[in-house]
Order: sequence, then C-alpha cells, then structure tokens
Amino acid sequence: HRHLLELLRRTTVHGESNSALIIGPRGAGKTALLNNVLKDLREMKQVRENLLENPFLSGLLQTSDKVALKEITRQLQLENVVGDKVFGSFAENLAFLLEALRKGTRSSSCPILFVLDEFDLFVHHKNQTLLYNLFDISQSAQTPVTVIGLTCRQDILELLEKRVKSRFSHRQIYLMNSFDFKQYMKIFKKQLSLPAEFPDETFAHKWNNNVQHLSEDKAVQDVLQKLFHHTKDLRSLHLLLMLAVSAVTAQHPLLSAADLQEASRQHSTDAKANIVHGLSVLEICLIIAMKHLNEVYDGEPFNFQMVYNEFQKFIQRKAHSMYNFEKPVVMKAFEHLLQLELVQPLERPSARAQREFLLLRLLLDSRQIMDALQLYPNCPTDVKQWAASSLSWL
Amino acid sequence: MNTRQQSKLIYSWYGKPLGSDRKLRTSQYKGILITSESSKTETCIQLGDFILVEGVNADQPYVAQLMDLYEDGAQHKRAVVQWFCRLEEIPQNKRKLLKREISAQEVFFDQVLGYDTDIAAETVIKSIMVLPLHLGEELPIITLNKEQTFFVRQSWDGKCFKVLSPDTFSKLKEANKKRGVIMNSSKAFIPSDILTPVKKETESVVQSATKSKNGDMEIESKHSSSKSSLAKERHSRRVANNDIKTPTARKKLELKSPTRSKGRLLGSEVLGLLDDDCDAVAPLEPSATKRKVKFTNETLGSPPKIPCSNEKSKSTSETAEDPQRFSDTIRLSPYTKVKDFSEKDKKLHEDDDIVPLDGCQRLSSQGLVLTPRSRRMCAQKTSALIAEQISMLDGEDFLSGSDSSYSSSGEEEEDDDDDVPCTPEKKTKSSRIFSTPKSSRKSAVHTPAKTLKKTPLQGTPRTPRNATPEIPRRIQAAQEPASVLEEARLRLHVSAVPESLPCREEEFQDIYNFVESKLLDGTGGCMYISGVPGTGKTATVHEVVRCLQQAAENDELPPFQFVEINGMKLTDPHQAYVQILEFLTGQKVTATHAAVLLAKLFSTPGPKRKTTVLIVDELDLLWTRKQNVMYNLFDWPTQKHSKLIILAIANTMDLPERIMMNRVASRLGLTRMSFQPYTYKQLQQIISSRLKGVKAFEEDAVQLVSRKVAALSGDARRCLDICRRATEICEFARQKKSPEMVRMAHVTEAIDEMFSSPYVGAIRNASLHEQIFLKAILAEFRRAGVEEATVQQIYHHHIALCRMEGLQSPTVSEIMAICSRLGACRLLLVEASSEYLHMRVRLNLSQDDVMYALREE
Repeated sequence: HRHLLELLRRTTVHGESNSALIIGPRGAGKTALLNNVLKDLREMKQVRENLLENPFLSGLLQTSDKVALKEITRQLQLENVVGDKVFGSFAENLAFLLEALRKGTRSSSCPILFVLDEFDLFVHHKNQTLLYNLFDISQSAQTPVTVIGLTCRQDILELLEKRVKSRFSHRQIYLMNSFDFKQYMKIFKKQLSLPAEFPDETFAHKWNNNVQHLSEDKAVQDVLQKLFHHTKDLRSLHLLLMLAVSAVTAQHPLLSAADLQEASRQHSTDAKANIVHGLSVLEICLIIAMKHLNEVYDGEPFNFQMVYNEFQKFIQRKAHSMYNFEKPVVMKAFEHLLQLELVQPLERPSARAQREFLLLRLLLDSRQIMDALQLYPNCPTDVKQWAASSLSWL
Repeated sequence: MNTRQQSKLIYSWYGKPLGSDRKLRTSQYKGILITSESSKTETCIQLGDFILVEGVNADQPYVAQLMDLYEDGAQHKRAVVQWFCRLEEIPQNKRKLLKREISAQEVFFDQVLGYDTDIAAETVIKSIMVLPLHLGEELPIITLNKEQTFFVRQSWDGKCFKVLSPDTFSKLKEANKKRGVIMNSSKAFIPSDILTPVKKETESVVQSATKSKNGDMEIESKHSSSKSSLAKERHSRRVANNDIKTPTARKKLELKSPTRSKGRLLGSEVLGLLDDDCDAVAPLEPSATKRKVKFTNETLGSPPKIPCSNEKSKSTSETAEDPQRFSDTIRLSPYTKVKDFSEKDKKLHEDDDIVPLDGCQRLSSQGLVLTPRSRRMCAQKTSALIAEQISMLDGEDFLSGSDSSYSSSGEEEEDDDDDVPCTPEKKTKSSRIFSTPKSSRKSAVHTPAKTLKKTPLQGTPRTPRNATPEIPRRIQAAQEPASVLEEARLRLHVSAVPESLPCREEEFQDIYNFVESKLLDGTGGCMYISGVPGTGKTATVHEVVRCLQQAAENDELPPFQFVEINGMKLTDPHQAYVQILEFLTGQKVTATHAAVLLAKLFSTPGPKRKTTVLIVDELDLLWTRKQNVMYNLFDWPTQKHSKLIILAIANTMDLPERIMMNRVASRLGLTRMSFQPYTYKQLQQIISSRLKGVKAFEEDAVQLVSRKVAALSGDARRCLDICRRATEICEFARQKKSPEMVRMAHVTEAIDEMFSSPYVGAIRNASLHEQIFLKAILAEFRRAGVEEATVQQIYHHHIALCRMEGLQSPTVSEIMAICSRLGACRLLLVEASSEYLHMRVRLNLSQDDVMYALREE
C-alpha cells in the first residue's frame, strides 16, 4: 500500500513517469487496494490540485486496442471528442493520442494515471501496440504517466514481448492471501458485526454479542476451517455468510451455528451429483451400466449399443423388480442423460453416423455415482447390488 | 491539380531558338507553349514570367520565376528558374524570425543555395503573378483570383529574412512589366484555334451592331482616333496571328478596349464623369460604381501600373478630344464591368448564385439604354453565364487552363495592368460560349465530375481535424527534487536524456559518418541497426540526428529533413506511408494513395528537394506477407533521385536473412551494425555518468547492480530501474534514521524484488486444499510418468491424500473450483472447462519448484 501510494504521489507531485503491476490471485484485493490508494491520494491537497486524470480500462470491456484507444480519448476528454463519442480511424486516433501525449513535458502537463484492469487480456492484443506505447511514454520525457496493471496471472511478464518488457519498469506488487486462520476468524467477525452507527443500538449490541459467541462456537469454527482449507478467497467467505444471513427473519433474529452449517452444506454440494438425484430408475440403471463399462474398458469411450447390451444383461440375469423396457424407450432415457450433460459425445454428432454408435464418455466419477445412489430414495435393492459390483449377477 | 494530371499536356517551344550553344548542344528559347490535349488550350509562358512548378505537395506547387529555357543535347526541355519559397517551406523554428503574420499569398525571394534551379520544363504548371512589395506596404486586397497572385516582401537565404534589395525589387518589377507586353502577344494565340471563327464572327457582328446603336458615332471616332493608338498596333499584330478575324470583330475590339482602359485608369475621374453623364444608367450606377471603386483602387494599388502610362496618356488625350464619345463608352463600360464583376464574384463565392443573377438583372435594367434586341442579347448572355458559372465551380479549371474560356479569363486577371486586350477577350469569350453551346455544355458536363472527385478528397471531416492534441496543463508546478535521493532518481529515470551517450561512442561515430557521407554526396542509402532491447539503439540514432541537425544549422552540412516512424506506433504496416508523407508534406491521405505519392516523390527528380533521413524503428513490425512496405522503403534509396537515407532499427541481428525475401534483403544492403549488450563496466559507467555530482550511491552498490544486470540481459533500462527502486527503498528506510546513501542492502532488496519468482510465494500462500491438489498432481505425474493428467485421475489422488491427512474430502465441484483458481494464476495450465472431469492439467512450473515450495512448511 505504502509503496503504491508513494509511487503515485511522486507521479503527481514530481511529474515522474512510472509503471507498475499489481499481481495477486482473484479476491486478493487488488482493485480494493488501488481504490484505497486513490482515495488517500485525493485527500492530499497537492495532488488534488494537480487534477490527476485516470482513464480506467478493463481488458474485458476494451477487447481490442482500437476500442481501448477510443475509450482513453473519451475519458481524457481530448479535443477530438464529439459528444462523448470518438470518431475517425484507428490510425488517426493513435496518431492523435500519441501526438497529444508527446506535446506534454514533465513540468507543465497534467500527470495521467492509466489503470489497466485484467492486464493479461491487453497482452493478447495484436503486437501489444497499446502497451508498448503506454510504456514507451512512461519511459520518455513526455507527459508524465503512470501505468498500473492489475492481473491475477503470475506469469504475466513472460507474456510481454521483449521490447515491451524492456520498457516496463519491473515494479511488481504481489498481493497474497497470506493470513492464517486466526486472522481469518477476525475477518469473519468483522464482516458479520454491525457497525456502531446502526440505528437500533440494542439490537446491534445483541447481534454483535451473538457473533462473538458464534466465533467461539466449535461447529462454526469447523465450518470456517473447512472453507479456509479450501480457499483463502474472501469472496467465498462473503458468499457463505450471505447464504447464512439470508436465513435470518423476524422470527429468527439471530444467526445460529446451524444456519452456517446449512449454508456451508449448500456451498459445497456437488452439482452433478445433485442432478443424479433427480433421475428415473431407468436412467440410473443406464449410468450404472456406463460405470461398469468404464471399469471394464478402463475409461475408453463407449456407445449406446454397448450400454444397452450391458443393461440387457442385467435385466435378463438379475433384475426382478425392473420392467424390461423396449429399446426406443431406453434410447429416449439415454438422450435425456445426454441433454443433462452427464454423458458427453467425443465428437459432434454427424448425419452419417447412427446415434446408437456415437462414441460417448461419462462425465461422472464412480465415487460420485455411488454417493448419489446412497442418497437416492426408493432405489431397488438389486440395482444397488448391481451398482456395487458389475460381476454380482454371476 | 487533379485535372492537370488527368489531362495530357504537351509542351512545345514557342518561337524559334534564340541562341544556341554548340559546345553544350543546347538551344535557348524565349517561351514555352503548354498545350492541353483534352481541352485544346494553349498557354504560352515566356522568360521572366512567374510560374508554378510541380512540387512535393500537389496542393502547394512551388513558386518560381522563369529565367531561362533551353533544350539540352538529349532533347530534354529544361528550364532555369529563380525560386520563391512559401512559408510552409521554411522550417518551423525559423518562422519566428519573421515576427509578423504572413498571409498565405506571401512568398519569399529564395536565396538558399543548394536548390537545383535547373528543372525539367514539364514540371511547369502555369504562369502566375508575383508582385514585389515594400516591407511596410499593406497587402493589396485581391478580389481577383487569389490563387493566382503572390507577393514578395522579403528574401530568405536559409537562415534569416532580408528585405528585398532594390536591385531585385526593380528586377521583379521589370519582369512584371515585360510580361505585360509579352502577354498580349501570347494572348492572341488563344482564341485562334478554338473558336469556330464563323460563328464568332457573326456573333460579334451582332454584338457590335447592337452596341453601335448606342455608340454609333463613337465607333466612327474610334476608328479614326485609335488608328494611332497602341491598341491598334497590337491589334494588327493579332490579326497577323489570327487572320480569320473579320474587320467587324476588330472594330468591336477596338471599340471596347480603349474604353475599358480608360474606365479603369482614370478611376475617380471616371466616376465623376459617370455621375454627370450617365443619367440613363442611373438605377444601376451605384452598385456598379461601387464595384468600380474597388477595382480602380486595386489597379492603383498594384505597382505595375506604370507600363500602361503611355496608354493612359493616349486615352486621356482621346477623352479630351471627344467627351461625347467618352460618356458613351462609359455607358458601355458599366456593362462590361458588371459582367466582369459578376464573374469574379462567382469565382470568389462559387455557389453564390445570387450575384451573377444580380449582375444579369442589372444588365437587363441597363438594357433600357440599349435596344430591345440588345436586351435579348443580354438574356442570352446571362444564360451563357450561368452555364459558365457551373463550370466555374471548379476553380481548378481555371488554373489548369484546360478550358479555353477559363484560361482566357485567368489571363484576363493577370492582365489587370495592361488592360487593353482584356475586354475583347471577354467579349469573344462570352459570345463564343453562347454561340457554341456544345462546348459550354461539354464543360458543364465535364466539371461536375471533377468537382465530385475533388470533394471526397477534401473530405467532410468526421473528426474535427483542427483539434489540437493536447493534455490539459497542470495547475500546480511540478515540484523540484528536494533531496539528494530525489535528484538522483530524477537523473536515473530512463527519460532523462544525458548530454552524451557513454559507451556508445564507436557506434555513434559509425552512424554519424555513414549519414554524413551520404548527405555530402547527396545520395541515398540504408543502414540496418540491431541489438537487444535497452542497448541504446534509438537513443544513439537520435543523438546522431541531433548532431547532424546542429551541423546543418552551422552550415557544415547540407540541410536535410528528418522523419521518424516507429513500427510499434503504427496500427498497420501500410500506415507507414501515411506517416512519412505527412511528415514530408503535411498531406493526409489514405495509405494506398500515400504510397503512390511517395513513390512518385522519390523516383522523380525533384527540383527543390532536400535529403531525407528516415528512421524506421521496430522494423520487424513492418513485415507483411508480401513485404511490399519493406520493399518500397528499401527500394527508394536505390533510386537515382531519391536522396533518402534510411536507418532501420530492430532487435534481431539476422532479421534480413530470417524474415525478408531475397529481393528485400538485397536492397537493404550490407551496411549493418549491431549493438552489443552492455557489459557490467559499461553499465557502471552509465550509472556513474548520470549520477555525476550527486553523491547518492555507494560504489559497491552500483557495481552490484551492473554486474547483476549485465549477467542477465545487459539492458540499461533495467539497470536504471533497479537503481531507482533502490533509492526508493533507501528513502523509505531513511525516514527512521539520518539521511544516508544507497547501500548494498537496498540494492539487493530492489534486485530481489524485481527478479524473484512469484510462483513460490504464490504456492506458499495458497490454501490447504490447493496445496494438496498440487501434491496430488505431482503424485499422478510420478505414477503415470507423463507430465499431463486429467482431473479425474488427480481427484482420486487428492481423496487419498485427504484421507491420509484426516481431512474431509472435497466434492468434485470444489475440486473443479480449486483447479480453475490455480489455472487463473497460471500455476496450472488447464484446458477449456467444458471437458469437466476429463479436463487435462499441466504444471506451469517445474515439479522441483512445486516440491520446494511445498516442502518448506
């Protein structure tokens, strides 16, 4: 924080040009840091007077240099902006902007701060023209600029072309979620507590007390520990808390450990396994047949005919509770699985190949299937037995 | 000038050779005849005339005075000229010397040495007017064709402006005078071939008949009085040239010419007379006289009034003889004047229909005096005028003289001072247009096409082109560095340009010598400069150019133009043409057009061309599939007349061999230079030279930085950045203690910060399951022996590991989330997520790094 603040302050006060990258995983607070620094900067008198302009570009919005350039010109409010729109060809715009920036000198023109969010996407633009030009300006005696890139990619420097890299000043600020569980708990408490300016003071007091109790609760700690082990991303903590807090009603005014556990369960459920719960017995049977095929052929792809044969074997030898479905009905159930993307074709279905012989792959792990079967209501016993072992009918 | 280029022009000599030089096998001529095939116009330009010469920029032809015309041994028509230069041709920094506003019409008597005054006669476009003025003199108001007239006040010798010496001044005046005379004779050519004589004849008979009704007796008296006049003589000459003309036409010509000259020359006197005598013309008079006042002022204002003085005296004597006739002529003259002016107005505001119509109305109102028949004539004439006006819309017709009527009207304006032939010319013209509707229609059809062509070129500007690219000024002045460290940091910034470039003296000298020799020879050449980034290629080349420019200013070298393009700053390789052309001439055109113009520019011998030094930075980005941009760039210097020196800069040493086709590489030539990466000693020298006088760094610290960087890349930029960062760290640490210098510790910290691998830190700070996932990957890799695995395989390992650790095993969805997070950080390389469990995963760093990072805990 200090580093960045100092860097930007120098840009504005001394008119020094710089470039820096803020690198950190998602949810590490890169944008928050930058915004914080900018807020602090604006509070400094000297800086505010110097009218720090900052075009903010996001790699997701400005998908090409052309768009980015127009956006910069628009945000800088240069003279070729006509009613919030920039006209003219790409080449003209580039020449114009470069000319504009070249005219400035260290001491006379307003420093500009370029913020490039999702910096890694700018790297993929053709020739990296925009980056080269921005860095080149920051390395030459023109209008003072500071280029700040935000990215989550650790290998960002390897993506830069060598001459662009040479012009980059190699200031990298790494942001990591380096806190341990104690700090994590503190964050949890802080996030959940009501602020002092909350209107109903007694309730706020009660709520905060409850939060304090929660944080000492073993069950809550377990839930949080589990989440912490999975990810240190604070956004997922927020998501979890959001789920829990949404259970709070007028009748149930305080958050309980059970709420959190419920939220955690929701948070970590397996999406595909959930789908399996909603399938018919026939479809379950088909999935089990596929699972057996996978085991026999060691993950090789299969087609409908193979699955049908496996299913037939089961029906003929073992099944007492199952009705022998006709082939078109089985086909229908199979296609339903295909639609649910529990099965994935290897190649795109073509008109020539018959649907029965289209090669497919199962997108479920055998463990997922078994777990789902345990939870499946009213599952016939013989089907369960069959699922447990492909050889059980012998 | 488009029209000019389109219509084929034939240049032929006028008259017999004046003299010839046997030894040189040249023969000299006194004039040149420019015939345009498409419009059947002939223009004659004589020695001493002022001319426009084709230049680099099609919209800004050069101004010159024709000094000599000759045909050399190889039958090439050559011309020797005295140049005038426009303001645009004077370098920006010198313009300040003028200390006054310069109108677009002002030119400078060019005394710069080194311009080739011997040009091909084919480059002459047409003749114009150049009026010498004294420095203090006001610019005369020109209501006439603005593009045709220029003014000279000062001379320019490449360094400063001087007032015209009286000698040159009088010479210029002389030229104007002489021209007046010559013009008359040349004028005679124009109508002769174009007119359908019979029609014109009859027409003029009709005209003169109608006119003579008013001035019956005047014609009589004119016949007698003008016998002795100069006009008569000229007229006879004209008849000799153009023997088709009938006496009636001649009569009419005479009738008109003196009156006009009088009307014009007598100025205010005429006005007075007009008031007295011309009651009949009263309704029209005020406007007409107003215009006339303007006109007379103008003629008075323009210096070359003198040649007409003898005429003036003659005509005044005539007036004295015959006041009656004079009043009559006045009555006629407004008519011509009005027409005259309406035409001029048309030229000025081209689409202002009202003015010519006004004129027509006036004509008809004047018709009160004239007979009904003549009134009809007027109507007919106005229709002709309107037709003409359409064609007039294109002001260029006029310049090119592609249409006879315009050439004549153009000359008419040039002839303001020698008056006499003007009026008849106009008369014949108007009658001609009327009588040969075919031609006028043709021209009318002709011109819209031209105007259409012209307008898109000028373009309706989509962006406000005049917008000045500028960043708003800062309110507060930038702070000056306060401490030693800040000062050091300022100096260490890459942008801080040092006075000299240490460690690149040899390269500097080589490049300097190369460019200097080419400049002195006036030839072209290429040089290829390569080197890894940050070795000072661009800086050195810029330094060379700076030194050369200084030398050129001190007159040690011929002056040259300097153009720089950067492949990275172009959106498309073809934009290079546009930028070069814009630098050279200031034109803005499309890429393809620019390529054509540049090719023309460099392949044809230009008269006033300076050598151009072109720097092409980041050459490899100009690569296209057909390589035509590079080919053209390197082809131009090999042209005989190009005078182009190219310094191409790129990173790769073997670029010519690697990506260029043979024909491009061979044109690039073998003059190469490669910049070696800096050694640590050089880097040390660079830093210490920048820090001279500032005691901020320990000697050892500097050495450490330079050794470290030299071992890695030899990039000076990196070196300076590290030093800068070190000062920051030092400053940060200093706040607690007393001020100190940058020590080893600070530098080490800065280096660590810049070169440390981010991966290890990222892994150490990852969550537990992320680390387990990485372990699972390693285990899977070891099992399979392949550095790639699907998520499904890794998932099994992951669960196994979780069991060992006694943790709850995650669901597949959670595993996918972990996988995508690691993928976003690029610790892993993952496939598209549609594959789900079968998604293949690879490590983006070596297994050992992962092991190292995980084992530490």
